[in-house]
Amino acid sequence: MKDTQSNISQFMTQLPKNIFSGFVVSLIALPLGLGLALASEAPPISGIIAAVVGGIIVSIFGGSKVTITGPGNGLVVVLLGAITTLANGDLYQGYIFTLAAIICAGVLMIIIGLLRLGTLSDFFPSSAIQGMLAAIGIGIFAKQFHVMLANVSVKGDTISLLTDIPKSIIGLFDNDSNAIVIAAIVGISSLLIMFFYGKIRNKYFQLVPAPMWIVLIAIGLSYYYELFSTETYPIGKELLVQIPDSVFSNFPTPDFSLLTDFKFIGVVFAITLISSIESLLSIKAVDKLDPLKRRANVNKDLTALGIASIVSGFVGGLNVVTVIARSSVNVNNGGSNRSANFFHSVFLILFVVLFQDQLKRIPLTALAAILVYTGYKLAAPKNLKAVAQIGKEQLLIFFATVIGTITTNLITGILIGILTTVVIHLILNKSIAIFARNLFKPNVLMFKEEESNTYFISVKNFSSFLNYTRLRKKLDTIPEDKDAIIDFSLCDFVDYTVQESLLGYQQTFKRKGGSFEITGLDSHGTSSAHPLAVRSLIPFSKKIKLGAKSNLTKRQEELQNIATDFSWKYNPKKNTNFSGIQDFMFFKQKKINYLNNSICDPKSIFSISDVEFSEGEFIARTLVRTTVLTIQLDKEIPKFTLDKEGLIEFVYKFAGFKDINIQGHPDFSKRFYLLGENPKNIKTLFTNELVLFFESNPYYHIECNGRSILLMGKERLASIKEIKALLDYGIRLEKVVSGIQYDQIVLKSLKIKS
Amino acid sequence: MNEISNRKFNTILIGVAFSPNLKNNIFEAMRMVDFFDCKMIIVHVGEKTEEKETRIKKLISGFSDDDEKVTVIWKQGDPVNVIIDTAKEKNADLIMLGAIPREDFVKFYIGSIARKITRKAHCSVLLLIKPSEDLRPCNHIVVNGLKDDKTRQTILDSFEIGQNLGAQKMTIVEEISHQEVKVVVEDDQSLLKDTLIKEELAKKEDQRVQHILNDVSEDLKTGILIKTQSIFGKRGYSIGHYAKVVAADLLIMNAPNRTSFLDRIFLHDLEHILSELPTDVLIMR
Repeated sequence: MKDTQSNISQFMTQLPKNIFSGFVVSLIALPLGLGLALASEAPPISGIIAAVVGGIIVSIFGGSKVTITGPGNGLVVVLLGAITTLANGDLYQGYIFTLAAIICAGVLMIIIGLLRLGTLSDFFPSSAIQGMLAAIGIGIFAKQFHVMLANVSVKGDTISLLTDIPKSIIGLFDNDSNAIVIAAIVGISSLLIMFFYGKIRNKYFQLVPAPMWIVLIAIGLSYYYELFSTETYPIGKELLVQIPDSVFSNFPTPDFSLLTDFKFIGVVFAITLISSIESLLSIKAVDKLDPLKRRANVNKDLTALGIASIVSGFVGGLNVVTVIARSSVNVNNGGSNRSANFFHSVFLILFVVLFQDQLKRIPLTALAAILVYTGYKLAAPKNLKAVAQIGKEQLLIFFATVIGTITTNLITGILIGILTTVVIHLILNKSIAIFARNLFKPNVLMFKEEESNTYFISVKNFSSFLNYTRLRKKLDTIPEDKDAIIDFSLCDFVDYTVQESLLGYQQTFKRKGGSFEITGLDSHGTSSAHPLAVRSLIPFSKKIKLGAKSNLTKRQEELQNIATDFSWKYNPKKNTNFSGIQDFMFFKQKKINYLNNSICDPKSIFSISDVEFSEGEFIARTLVRTTVLTIQLDKEIPKFTLDKEGLIEFVYKFAGFKDINIQGHPDFSKRFYLLGENPKNIKTLFTNELVLFFESNPYYHIECNGRSILLMGKERLASIKEIKALLDYGIRLEKVVSGIQYDQIVLKSLKIKS
Repeated sequence: MNEISNRKFNTILIGVAFSPNLKNNIFEAMRMVDFFDCKMIIVHVGEKTEEKETRIKKLISGFSDDDEKVTVIWKQGDPVNVIIDTAKEKNADLIMLGAIPREDFVKFYIGSIARKITRKAHCSVLLLIKPSEDLRPCNHIVVNGLKDDKTRQTILDSFEIGQNLGAQKMTIVEEISHQEVKVVVEDDQSLLKDTLIKEELAKKEDQRVQHILNDVSEDLKTGILIKTQSIFGKRGYSIGHYAKVVAADLLIMNAPNRTSFLDRIFLHDLEHILSELPTDVLIMR
């Protein structure tokens, strides 16, 4: 009871902020809602209806906290296609057919949500999704650019629309109609406002979002003509937003007569697919913005969006998705719970009721400008460059999807993208077998390491978008404030989609106080110098050599940072000079393959490296990779090995010696296995100070071969966190050991004896 | 299958082909004979020739002069049936198979014979991934701790085998499958629930295994470090993955309860391991 009470009071204290945030969001949602509906050739008010219905329903039933719902960019292309083609050009009939399709898609989304298929988006390669978004952007841009220039009658497919752009521009100068030129000027100025809004850093100016400025200025202009100018408002009715007088009484009735039509079913699937993907991507992205670091329940959200779409469809609105831009505005303005989404709807209702006349004064060109900007943002060359940096093959996937989407439709486009990705993966690996044989195998193992409570996840065979959902399911069950290590050393191939998503996990873990480290990728070959490039154990080309400087994994970059912090040297390259570690007992029966990722100090006292070794003969039996620290000593001390009692993993390699007890330290003797050839000398070395050091510090396997000391944690690669701890331990151990006047002690004890 | 009797292997059967692996296979088998102090039956499916006979004789002579211990049987027919029938006939309690991880088609074929034998055999089967000429120490044994009627016996036997092979460490792995947790992690609440349930399940599984471990006689436990580990993954499959991650030398599994044609399509438990041998695997029957 107390809990609910405190929840309520917390909710109340946060309410003012959420109301304010909802208000700011509604300022953007209003022009965007009108614009997106217009771009889809639907009645402008249908966009507002979607936002109102979405905000109310999803805020009640949804599973995420700070997202805003309403009409989405991605749907414009699908809806436009549906409305213009379903009734062979009859826009109103097409619109009511589309409403039926939206309702059906809503039902499908509810099913997806209830079946907990929120992982759906995992099955799409990253680059293909980016390609699809870019194609949507191009589609919106191509159409709305003409509208912005007051050419509303233009028709055609995306490519012909794009090639017609110069014609529209020239047409503007050839025109003697004053109205069209002024409308176009309003459009172009609006676009300039969108582009330069971010550059103007004025506190008061930034209070109102850019789309609202455009609306305010456009409305202001019409009032200027009405009140102060002698001329009449030059922009004609056909270029102004049309809103029915009785918005909330006269709902259109969806027409379900095409229910079994092939084209109609295609539209339903397209709407479902795009709205699910757009929503899932947005929810995931917004989760990373949530100031309270909560995790959204995507399945619950999908169900709520489905319900909202059904309701919206019945009252004449577009379908409802989670939208990223409005959600981030919400977070930036202090929205902290779902009530912000609710209030954004309330304010929208108020606007439509109170300012109906004013809304009718908004020129279409101004709204088109907002959409041109949105389209440009989606298809921005910057995104293209980012994709290209990851690798040429990603660029190929991206373009295949873009071209496929523009020339056919969204569903075919994304399928082409997926197919291209699969083919490229096959070519990169030069093998079908690796995929065919392992696709349906569970390839992820997770367990909690007992002593450290670290979650260890090992992935084998291959890891790509095809089987990523298995890995994700495991990752999702790790509390983000814990330490997790994900190991790819048994994995032959890791694709970009997986790595990009893992990067997201890394950020989330960092935000919530845990750590998430990726190991085992350092020895993979890559297709480009980008840190997230596709990685495969089969080298791609000779140009990009393994461990080349410019091509470091995240782990390697962090190792480099550690080295720079200490002003030590870091060498990621594989090294076959093992003279430093070969004489340790631990490596006696092992074949060392190589060392890499070495960090050493200028005096070469300390040296940390990853070692790959195999146990067994000429056929590598089991490959083990581990991280070791060696310390060079300035004097000779007795050989010994020290292990925690009960950890046979290391001890069994030194069978034949007996545990040495240090007098006066029963606890130490109980907890540690101390082995060595010369118990007497070892006993003199283990002074109180050294024993205390071992007792009060974490446990490592320690071995001394006389002139140097070997330290290692586990028989696996250490994470960055563990390396830092190991290094710190090593440095302190060196201080203690070098502080022991061993030679003098030995001399003294010899004297006593004689 | 008598629990009172000593389950130590008394008769080991090995099927050989005159492949380059012959020497390694026989050497591995002879070592097992040494470890368990038992009899060995070598079965060759194919024609008996002078040359083949002398080759085998020569290989065996390196190990034991005692001809009584080793019997060589020559038989024609389908390799799977011959081996299984001979094993029954001679009362063998362990069949050894050199199962080479497939890399090309030929090896895959060999693998399929080994698989059929594994499925149909009446006794325990040992699959060696890389038979070698030299002795490889068997340090770390991973044993399944599945919730299954046979697990108890498997764990008890494992200690005996561990002692015979001179193992230093034994890890009993409890698998916690996704289905058991029954929670789909969707948000923070379900995550918390999932974590708690998993912890509880891990504790419960651990107790179950500890209970079995209490029944293992002390002298079988001496010198062996015993560890238990809960893993989260697909039942029967992830244990192989685990064995590979910890670089175990031997994996001991229960025999499957039943295998039908469907089980080979919808792989489960043992079939997963067979399709991707992580290390040497001993299937206990």
